Amino acid sequence: MSSWGSGLIRGLRVTWQNLARRSVTAQYPDAPPELPPRSRGVIALFEENCTVCMLCARECPCWCIYIDSHKEAVPPVEEGARERSTNVLDRFAIDYSLCMYCGICIEACPFDALEWSPEFEYAELDIRDLTHEKDRLREWMWTVPAPPGLDPAAAEPKEIATAQKAAEKAAAASQGQAAEETRDDGGGS
Amino acid sequence: MADALELALRLVLVLGAFLVLPLLVGQTEHKVMAHMQSRVGPMYAGGFHGWAQLIADGVKFAQKEDVVPAAADGAVFRLAPAVAMVPYLVVLVAIPIGPGLVGQELDIGLFFVLAVMGVGVLGTLMAGWASANKYSLLGGMRVAAQLMAYELPFVLAAVSPAMAARTLSLSGIVEAWEPWWLIWQLPGLVVFFVAGLAELQRPPFDMPVADSELVFGPYTEYTGLRFALFLLAEYAGIVVLAALTTVLFLGGWQGPFADQLGWLWSLTKIGVVALLVVWLRVAVPRLRADQLQRLAWQALVPIALFQLALTSAVGVWNG
Repeated sequence: MSSWGSGLIRGLRVTWQNLARRSVTAQYPDAPPELPPRSRGVIALFEENCTVCMLCARECPCWCIYIDSHKEAVPPVEEGARERSTNVLDRFAIDYSLCMYCGICIEACPFDALEWSPEFEYAELDIRDLTHEKDRLREWMWTVPAPPGLDPAAAEPKEIATAQKAAEKAAAASQGQAAEETRDDGGGS
Repeated sequence: MADALELALRLVLVLGAFLVLPLLVGQTEHKVMAHMQSRVGPMYAGGFHGWAQLIADGVKFAQKEDVVPAAADGAVFRLAPAVAMVPYLVVLVAIPIGPGLVGQELDIGLFFVLAVMGVGVLGTLMAGWASANKYSLLGGMRVAAQLMAYELPFVLAAVSPAMAARTLSLSGIVEAWEPWWLIWQLPGLVVFFVAGLAELQRPPFDMPVADSELVFGPYTEYTGLRFALFLLAEYAGIVVLAALTTVLFLGGWQGPFADQLGWLWSLTKIGVVALLVVWLRVAVPRLRADQLQRLAWQALVPIALFQLALTSAVGVWNG
């Protein structure tokens, strides 16, 4: 049981400390907010990476992703091989009036075709304008910031190790080829 | 002729103070309260940190339609804001700011001031009754209950410095004030200030206008300029309470270089007391009805009576 009036004193002290401290309020329309790189502002589509696998649309809890596509035949790479078929994206749209910004589509995408962008100023006067078609989603891609750097003691990402290995192999191969060429040259003259 | 001119000048000055000081207090409240709550308050009106916010509010109020509810008692409803506001203007006439710097010097200044301040709260009662609204009526009843309880300690506490100074003149009280009064008049000071806050229905004593329970109490039906007058009355009330506390208990214009800077000392003390009013509003939650009554009758009245006894004893001791 605290003594009588101690709550009053504490209230006065807390409010005075707030008064003495500088306010952290950002004057938003005048000063743009500083948002971390993966802020859930809007979902951008990197159309070139999309294979129309439909995983995002199936995982979406709000059913707010619309995808249309058709198949096209690709001429065979080698002579005599059979023709391949590939999916071509006709429509990719996200209805932001339904989206709940859970980010599951981004998690689900196996080809990194979807990314978070911190942009958030896309309010509309008509709710139908909140459905962003694929060209608009592609435009958001330009606003996606670079991923944040790794922690100082973090392990090297798998991609870098793979790339490193590939580069080393290529370098070794070209070196071996060069050595072979010089030997050939020496034998010929 | 010269007398009349001087009187007119004094009254114009008082009117100017009446129009400016409450706005200053209001703006200070906007900003100080905001920062005490880790906000920044108004930032746009006028360009620099929202200094013109209250002017913008005034313009907005003036543009609004003046609505009188169909069932309301029209005459009383229209008169109430004036009754709430004018007494504070009248009180300001009698409050001395510096030696000779007073609207009208009165020998019974303290009596006059307390009597007129009692009228101000009638405006709120009238508003509550005339609005023909249950929330207004409930608010009005709460005002009545609160005033019954707090008028007594308010007056009792105000009597103490008059007894100590052996005069009812406000200037006389300031003249007789000495720094050690701060110590032996302290209980009276606390009672006077707290009871004054309750008279003004300022938080934490804002149960009559408790917006979470009564919409806005007696002011629920008011719009436009009449509502603005009630607000102005509230802030003028803060100025008057701060000025009276300064004059009665804090030595008014007394301080270093009182002859030249007396008015500045008065205004500084008034400002500090007004800031305390704002600070308490931010820090203290609203009192419940039973807590209000208990505080008045079980704490403030006994303390005020004790202060009176102490003042009498010291007065008799000093002959």
